[in-house]
Amino acid sequence: MRVPSDPPAGSDLLALSQARPGDRGIIVSVGQGMAQPGSGVDPEELERRLLEFGFVEGAHIEVLHEGAIGHDPIVVRLDDMRVALRRADAAEVRFQRDAA
Amino acid sequence: MKPALRIALVGNPNCGKTALFNALTGSRQKVANYAGVTVERKEGALVTPEGQALTILDLPGTYSLRARSPDEVVTRDAVLGRLAGEVPPDAIVCVADATNLRLVLRLILELKAVGRPLILALNMYDIAQRQGLRIDLEGLARDLDLPIITTVATRRRGIGELVAQMVETATSLHTDVRASLWREPDGTALRDLHKEAQRLMRTHVHPPERPDTLTGRIDHVLLHPVAGIAVLLGLLFVMFQAVFIGAVPIMDLIDQGFAGLSDVVGQVLPHGWGRDLMVDGVIAGVGSVLVFLPQILILFLFIILLEDSGYMARAAFLMDRIMGGAGLHGRAFIPLLSSFACAVPGIMSTRVIDNRRDRLTTILIAPLMTCSARIPVYTLVIGAVIPNRTVLGVLNLQGLVMFALYAAGIGSALGISFILRKVFWRGQSEPFMMELPTYKAPNPANVLRTLMQKASMFLTRAGRIIMPLMVLVWFVSVFPGPPAGATGPAINYSLAGTLGQFLKPVFAPIGFNWQMTVALVPGMAAREVAVAALGTVYAVGGGGLSLAETLSHQWSLASGLAFLAWYVFAPQCVATLGVVKRETNSWLWPAIMFAYMFALAYGAALIVYQTARALGFG
Repeated sequence: MRVPSDPPAGSDLLALSQARPGDRGIIVSVGQGMAQPGSGVDPEELERRLLEFGFVEGAHIEVLHEGAIGHDPIVVRLDDMRVALRRADAAEVRFQRDAA
Repeated sequence: MKPALRIALVGNPNCGKTALFNALTGSRQKVANYAGVTVERKEGALVTPEGQALTILDLPGTYSLRARSPDEVVTRDAVLGRLAGEVPPDAIVCVADATNLRLVLRLILELKAVGRPLILALNMYDIAQRQGLRIDLEGLARDLDLPIITTVATRRRGIGELVAQMVETATSLHTDVRASLWREPDGTALRDLHKEAQRLMRTHVHPPERPDTLTGRIDHVLLHPVAGIAVLLGLLFVMFQAVFIGAVPIMDLIDQGFAGLSDVVGQVLPHGWGRDLMVDGVIAGVGSVLVFLPQILILFLFIILLEDSGYMARAAFLMDRIMGGAGLHGRAFIPLLSSFACAVPGIMSTRVIDNRRDRLTTILIAPLMTCSARIPVYTLVIGAVIPNRTVLGVLNLQGLVMFALYAAGIGSALGISFILRKVFWRGQSEPFMMELPTYKAPNPANVLRTLMQKASMFLTRAGRIIMPLMVLVWFVSVFPGPPAGATGPAINYSLAGTLGQFLKPVFAPIGFNWQMTVALVPGMAAREVAVAALGTVYAVGGGGLSLAETLSHQWSLASGLAFLAWYVFAPQCVATLGVVKRETNSWLWPAIMFAYMFALAYGAALIVYQTARALGFG
């Protein structure tokens, strides 16, 4: 999937699917039905899985690494743990990015 | 003696639960399957100094009771006390990695709703202390209303206290099992659980003063887009070298041992079919299973080390996009890798894949990885029909053909997976989400114990399937015996020979003569047996020409290439089909596997043979 190099201007609210390594902030929403049809499970199920892994409103998040091909999947630090996920599924997570 | 108390261990993956289970029960463990499902069931026993017997059940790791994989269904049902054939546990011990509490606190809140007596074991407590992580144990225990024991499973610290607590909790509350209030949480309920876990963290846990930075530094190299892939390829190279070269001396030894054994038995027993059954059926059968054991042990050792150190999740991350292009899950990487040694352990290890369709895809393509049983066949036929000369200046033609055969296997596996995804199971790709655990040095005792368990499981499972089949194949290759005064090899007159003659017209378009067709029948037992079978039908032995020389006179290049193309797919390994039946609990999938591989084998051999003939190599 294509990764835009810049988020929409004037917004610090960023979908995790568009974040780059080094981006960090606090999760503001999980599960808005933003994921593309590429994800096989229905949006509600995806939301629950993300929640079960600790992607929850208020959690601290930082993108640590990304894959070689298409910058996908990504590794994020989520509070005290590290989680790998695909950008297609990460579209459901939006976070308030800290100023660099 | 008082009846044994039943204790179940539950916890997140990577929390050291298995190490704790080993520390509790030592060698008194039984590994089996749960009734009706292919989930590993690990149970151990121990007796307290006071003489109270305990039975410990090590349940599969999970993040939530909302089960998604067969493993997690077992954990949920065992905890809820509704697992068929299992007595509900008297107490549950939730094992937690003390340095990674947040998610397990949420699991504990779910477990509390179940209403069974519950203990929290804070494992890896030494690491938490080293990091300066402070946990208010008393406050947390009061808040959660359950006893907390700190443990260091790898150093056997806190084990005695944990056992004493198990007895106390299981007996004192034995009659006080509340009705379960647990139900599957929805998004709102999960958020509420998280909030409560967050409150507990904030109240009772003081974040580490010296957090682990080693994992981050290692990941900078191992997850680097270029360096990470290079390290992964390097590791795979070392692994393959060890599997295919390191195992050879031991495999030769086993081969010689069994050859010696059949000689001895052959001399001791009187002539007759009883002796032949022992020597050619039973001993050869056991030998054909055991000879793969060194390779499988080395392979399993690598896999266990990579898993226990925390690297495996990283490998799945690095491979996900490459595998995902063919519609495979990142976790399919390990089963497919194992299949290069033998598809049987490969298919057994697909259990790590949660989603049923992802798992079935992986099972269906696993036998297309060139297993080591094909190597003797490839070596023989390449040596017989491919000239040993240099092409393009540096490349050896025989080596090039061998490489092409491996590549054809991998390529067709990716192709089949892609077709399954795009045509049959559209839009069914599972989210890829996994925790990357903190790196740890594997504990040698735990590694050894897991290795032994895997090995014995392979031997019993593969043995139970391969042994009887070897005897069956031996039977059809020998009976009925040749008539008096017959001159040809005995196998020509047997059921296998008759079958080969009968099938000859079917295989004629792909350039197989009847000897090749006959050899395919015993080759059902294990692919490399085809080599011995070819030896038998061409009546090789006692000086004269070697089998390779005989073949090079008897086979055209086109036939030889067609035989190689057939063996890239080679549907006829019954051990693989048997394991697929076991792992899928149905005859449907082995039937589908056989049909599609047969079609591919026939199609590939047909194309190769007819093309080679058209080019004048007939």
